[in-house]
Amino acid sequence: MHTTTRLLLALTILLALCAGAGAEERLKMSTTTSTQDSGLLRVLLPPFEKENHCKVDVIAVGTGQAIKLGEAGDVDVVFVHARKMEDKFVADGYGVNRRDVMYNDFVVIGPKDDPAGVAKAKTAAEALKMIAAKQATFISRGDKSGTHIKEKELWQAAGAEPKGNWYVDAGQGMGPVITMATERQGYTLADRGTYNAFKGQKTNLVILFQGEKGLFNPYGVIAVNPRKFPHVKYDLAMRFVDFVTGPEGQRIIAGYKAHGEPVFFIYKK
Amino acid sequence: MDFFVESFHTAFGLIAAGDPDVMNAVTVSIVVSFWSTLFAALAGIPAGVVIGVADFPGKRGMVTLLNTLMALPTVVVGLFVYSLISRQGPFGAYGLLFTPEAMVIGQTVLAVPIMANFTLSAIKGADPRIVPTALTLGAGPFGSICRLTIELRFGIMAAVIAGFGRVIAEVGVAMMLGGNIRGYTRTMTTAIAMETGKGEFALGLALGLILMTVALVVNLFLNLLQQR
Repeated sequence: MHTTTRLLLALTILLALCAGAGAEERLKMSTTTSTQDSGLLRVLLPPFEKENHCKVDVIAVGTGQAIKLGEAGDVDVVFVHARKMEDKFVADGYGVNRRDVMYNDFVVIGPKDDPAGVAKAKTAAEALKMIAAKQATFISRGDKSGTHIKEKELWQAAGAEPKGNWYVDAGQGMGPVITMATERQGYTLADRGTYNAFKGQKTNLVILFQGEKGLFNPYGVIAVNPRKFPHVKYDLAMRFVDFVTGPEGQRIIAGYKAHGEPVFFIYKK
Repeated sequence: MDFFVESFHTAFGLIAAGDPDVMNAVTVSIVVSFWSTLFAALAGIPAGVVIGVADFPGKRGMVTLLNTLMALPTVVVGLFVYSLISRQGPFGAYGLLFTPEAMVIGQTVLAVPIMANFTLSAIKGADPRIVPTALTLGAGPFGSICRLTIELRFGIMAAVIAGFGRVIAEVGVAMMLGGNIRGYTRTMTTAIAMETGKGEFALGLALGLILMTVALVVNLFLNLLQQR
């Protein structure tokens, strides 16, 4: 029993040491799954963390939830893609200093044989209208993410009501939705970054519609308002905002490639 | 079939290479599970002993409640603790949300009913003469209950093992309260959920195999303790 006690004691001390090892400052950031899943944050964060002797805690969720975390004061900075929601977040006094960071675009993907014929559509809204008319399977994120919000805007523009057995409300992230669309051989709206990461091995769906202005997908970064939540790390959050919109951050974003293709683009100044 | 082969291959490769992300997730899983199992044991085992030994009105209701709590969905525990520790909640000032400490709180809540229940079952199945005998031999009420606990060490160990199994395998609390932060609150299970979402099924399954290996090692260790 003696050795056992000693062993347990040693283990407890070891575990306590492991748990207490995080003494540096931590910046909490809520963001969308696309920035994390694309791998961008893995190259973007380390230089910032090194420069500022801190750790950035990334909570990757849908844009709707990411903004909610900011509204509750549970994070210090949000990095998302739904312009209208971002503006409301700032207007309501939860966020300050919103800045444009980067952009990419949404694409309509679907099976190669394209049963609804959306490849011939002239606008994204028309493409969705054709899917609804044909009642072809469409998988929706259904999770209040930036992509889901864009999809709802497009349905509205199409003047079609997405309802029926063909419209699948998945309530999941971009990755699972692409997987589901692949399994069901249906259509979906995806951000180009995540689609690129899936293309080939993980999905046989192809891009059927792209390149319209309405599919523009801008990302913004916003510090949480310290007047509303005195506990937030505003100074560090602003240093992060300055970093990602500054020359070094912008250079990293522009240079980042997944599967040999750029994922995000920066604004020309 | 290729899928399984690839998973085994990936799992082996990750362990052999000592992949830092995997090692980190294993460490977080073990550290968080260790603390939650410890705290849950400190609360659940005495609770089980008291409910098992004492006679009080409403005891049956208490036991039913305990059985029901065993069925607590992890996301409900997660949501409940979340509402308490979010900045908007009553304990918001401590800034606990999205930390390993938050996960320990949630998983402790999850494991207490299990440990209490297992302890209770062990007491029900024990020789009813233990306590009276200890009392006759001159032990006080507290001493005799200690005697009972020692006699029941196997049943209590089972309680600890069941509690540990529940917390190391769950994903709801870890995801909701930890936030799956890389290198900080990412556990084996949240990593599996994330990799599955990214369509990395083989990697997800590989992590599952590693998790099972870790659980095996821990149980072998507990088994060793039990045999002393």
